[in-house]
Amino acid sequence: MNRSAFTFATLLALGVTAIGAALAPALAPALADGRRGEGHRVAPVTHQATQEECGVCHMAYPAGFLPQASWKAVMGDLENHFGENAALDEAVRADIEAYLLANAADAGGWRPRALRGVNMANPPLRISELPWFKREHDREISPRALEKAGSIANCAACHRGAERGYFEED
Amino acid sequence: MKAHLLILPALLMASPAFAADTSPAELLARYSAEAGTAADPARGRELFLANHSGGKPETPSCTTCHTDDPRAAGKARTGKAIDPLAPSANPERLTDSAKVEKWLGRNCDSVLGRACTPGEKADIVAWLSSL
Ligand code: HEC
Ligand code: HEC
Ligand code: HEC
Repeated sequence: MNRSAFTFATLLALGVTAIGAALAPALAPALADGRRGEGHRVAPVTHQATQEECGVCHMAYPAGFLPQASWKAVMGDLENHFGENAALDEAVRADIEAYLLANAADAGGWRPRALRGVNMANPPLRISELPWFKREHDREISPRALEKAGSIANCAACHRGAERGYFEED
Repeated sequence: MKAHLLILPALLMASPAFAADTSPAELLARYSAEAGTAADPARGRELFLANHSGGKPETPSCTTCHTDDPRAAGKARTGKAIDPLAPSANPERLTDSAKVEKWLGRNCDSVLGRACTPGEKADIVAWLSSL
């Protein structure tokens, strides 16, 4: 590519970007939902304590799947964790909570749709109860697939790339 | 054989979750001393296999997650696999005192609705390491 072609391409790209930026407020959710590739991935848990302590009974769920209020509620009652005691030493608990809050959905952890339709005054404790999640799963999953996975919370049984942050096309 | 002896410690050190600081025998001695009585593996077996009613309704028994054979893999209530509990099947078990305390603390509360006594812990360790 010669220099002037490069410049032209650059200008063109800038122009498209500018138009895109102008339309962005209206289009952002749709674009985000339809995006494929890298943008489709949710950041997997990289914090060691969270990986170790929250990855034993189920996969360590990506922080970006739940809003801060949900994580606060989960981390505030580990003694009664979905029918089990999952209590931690206070120092470890606080460390994990800080990581989850800093990477939560409403801290930019995932796509905008993560929070669409969520009652933020009383957000669900479960990812599997979020509106987008139900839309994706309620019709797509056969009773047999669910039985084989053991529970809808066993993401990795159906999404083989789950631990790496990939949840699409499995 | 020599090579294995060299590789094994390297593998163990590479796993951050596994911090061996004790052994089943040492745990047994410690819990028995705290209890002031001798451990009884048969009592440990009974506690492990029984259905209890004092704890959370979702977890009536140790077997809910560990099955009735601790030499076999168990299953968390999410469906995720749990490695065997018996040291004969899984040499990492009962070698990390903080880990054992953490899980007995949680699991006794989930199943019994209270902490296990040192005597009960000694019985459980005695049974698991007799398998
Ligand atoms: C002792 C086992 C255990 C540990 C440890 C544990 N959990 Fe859970 N967790 C469960 C169970 C059981 C469920 C309910 C699963 C089901 O409904 O099948 C659950 C469910 C969840 C859910 C809801 C999943 C859904 O349906 O969307 C979240 C979120 C969660 N756990 C977060 C955590 C976090 C954060 C930690 C670490 C601080 C943690 N868990 C540690 C056992 C555990
Ligand atoms: C019983 C199987 C099963 C389980 C368990 C399951 N999923 Fe799914 N999931 C599916 C299917 C089927 C789809 C729809 C097809 C697709 O897009 O992969 C889907 C879609 C999704 C999508 C949308 C993918 C996309 O198109 O971007 C996400 C994100 C997702 N699941 C996350 C999760 C999470 C998080 C969990 C655990 C809390 C979970 N899933 C548990 C089967 C499952
Ligand atoms: C709700 C599921 C569940 C129940 C019920 C349960 N456990 Fe566990 N237990 C686990 C999980 C998960 C672990 C951690 C496994 C791992 O680290 O691989 C564990 C770990 C342990 C350990 C630690 C072993 C080690 O050194 O690594 C012991 C001991 C133990 N359980 C005993 C019991 C006893 C005794 C009972 C009954 C009072 C019981 N468990 C009930 C899920 C359960």
